[in-house]
Amino acid sequence: MSRFEPGRLLSQPWFYATAGAVLVWLVILVYSGGAGGGAVISAALNYSVFFAVVGLGQMIVMASGAGNIDLSVPANITLAAYLSTGQMEGANAGLFTGIAAGLGSGLAIGAANAFLIIVFRIPPMVATLASGLVLESLTFVYSRISVAKPAPLLAEFTTGQLLGLPYVTLAALLASVALVYVLRRSIFGRSLFACGQNATAAWLSGVDVLRTRVAAYVLCGMVTALAGVLFAGFVGGPSLNMGSEFLLSSIAVVVIGGTNVAGGQATVVGTWSASLFLFLLLSMLNVFQVGPGLRNVITGFLIIAVLALNKTNRMQQV
Amino acid sequence: MRDREGLMAHLGNFLNGLGAKRFGLSSVALVLILALVFWLRPNVATYNGLRLLLNLSPVLVFTALAQMFIMTAGDIDLGIGTFVGLVDCIVAGLLNDQPALALLLLVACPLAYGLMGALIHWRQLPSIVVTLGASFVWLGLALMVLPLPGGTVPAALTGLVRLHPPFAPMPIVLAVIPMVIAHLVLNKMSYGVVLRGMGGSLAAVERAGRSTLKARMILYMMAGVCGLCAGLCLAATTTTGDANVGRGLTLVSIGAVIIGGGEFTGGIVSPIGTVFGALIMQLSGSLLSFASVPPAWQYSIQGAILLVILALRVVSGRRRTA
Repeated sequence: MSRFEPGRLLSQPWFYATAGAVLVWLVILVYSGGAGGGAVISAALNYSVFFAVVGLGQMIVMASGAGNIDLSVPANITLAAYLSTGQMEGANAGLFTGIAAGLGSGLAIGAANAFLIIVFRIPPMVATLASGLVLESLTFVYSRISVAKPAPLLAEFTTGQLLGLPYVTLAALLASVALVYVLRRSIFGRSLFACGQNATAAWLSGVDVLRTRVAAYVLCGMVTALAGVLFAGFVGGPSLNMGSEFLLSSIAVVVIGGTNVAGGQATVVGTWSASLFLFLLLSMLNVFQVGPGLRNVITGFLIIAVLALNKTNRMQQV
Repeated sequence: MRDREGLMAHLGNFLNGLGAKRFGLSSVALVLILALVFWLRPNVATYNGLRLLLNLSPVLVFTALAQMFIMTAGDIDLGIGTFVGLVDCIVAGLLNDQPALALLLLVACPLAYGLMGALIHWRQLPSIVVTLGASFVWLGLALMVLPLPGGTVPAALTGLVRLHPPFAPMPIVLAVIPMVIAHLVLNKMSYGVVLRGMGGSLAAVERAGRSTLKARMILYMMAGVCGLCAGLCLAATTTTGDANVGRGLTLVSIGAVIIGGGEFTGGIVSPIGTVFGALIMQLSGSLLSFASVPPAWQYSIQGAILLVILALRVVSGRRRTA
């Protein structure tokens, strides 16, 4: 990383998503004649932070090995949002119990997913799909017996800004820097990538594969739940379908960002860039007044194009 | 104590025997669910009762078979549900007014699937994300064809699913015919070995002198044809088009293939099990409402049924992919 080499930059996994985000932002700038470029960034950061955070959770799970994925993300978000705001009931007094309730449910969900996958050896895709169904029922029942309203402080934290940068984004960026450090330097991060590359080799070299995989799912569950709590504050209260748009986008931002779906490698920068890219893309198409049909078609083709360009995501031929 | 161990061993042997056939466990589960439905609602055990009960099952049967063909190659399709929605919209939005254009588009749909398979193979892309991107394309095209739910479905098509064939009601016929065809293609035809080999060892397929590109394209096109049939059934049964109607089908179709004995590693799938799995997913919803389970808990119990069936596979001692 010492010298600037264009070829090396091109081969960075996060490059294409970042380039895409910058490119789309420039197009918006040119179209609007240079006005409001900062506002667009600010809005993009405030909105896509939730997708980035959920994406980071999904990324940790996907990095733990081929086939690892969490499809219970939408149900987790919704349940955490209801549980936390149900404790708050619109008052600041319940802020901490609310956040604790949300995080607790995320922890339990992650642990339950890991239990189903490891003890019953159910493929992650189906195990988390099924646990998501169970969670949906719980959320539905709880939503009818609770007064779910976010605390004013939470709403302020998720919508307020400091020098044009939303508080929640600043906090998430700091946490992301910490995550980069954890993934690169800590024993957990090294074990995670080792398991993702070859679980048998990792086990033979003394990595606690079991504990690492459980930790990946628990971490994903808690991060996702936190995003759910924050998102509830951002939109002014939970709703039963608030999680649904996170299912596909959480997978999309991870992979467009340059994380390998086969596991063993991850990029925090890429996941952030991809979240911004997808949000800016939608803004751009809105600015151009493209209809919903064509907007989806263009989004789909761009997702495939970014993927086809990026070399890190080739599946290894066995 | 000894008796109990003997019983467990007996149970293990019994489940092992079932495991010998890929679709064993799903067939037992299907019979069990059907028996419960008939016990709760004896009226259903008639020609017309079954016809109404399984009204929408052909859609899920075809969608699950489409997913199965993709999973044969060791891939996953996250876009099949919206693809079925696209076919539904083309039928309801265009077939009456512009039949030539509609037919052209309907023929193009499976071909597009084949091209998607070719792209995945050529650039060695992860199918899970390409199909995810494609799901946006299918949804977008569906919204362009039919921006709002509605449209009209030609009477010829709606008449087809309302046929009253002798002996078995139409949904059963529409489950058995594709099941037999898929079984013949994958398990009886010699080319089926190449197709299933795609989920095993690509190198072995190449060394046997077969084109892996061609095999993957064929699997994807067969998935496209099944998706097309699912969309036609959906339009014919609901008599309207809706771009968003198919979304829920994607994950259910994956569940159906896995319940039916399929593996995520590819190469190991059972068409018979997949159809049984689709019927189980379809019937478990009806069973729960017949048993007066509150709607809020129905999702929960469906999830639990999925987990129990899969956990039983571990008890039966079959080799599993972790």
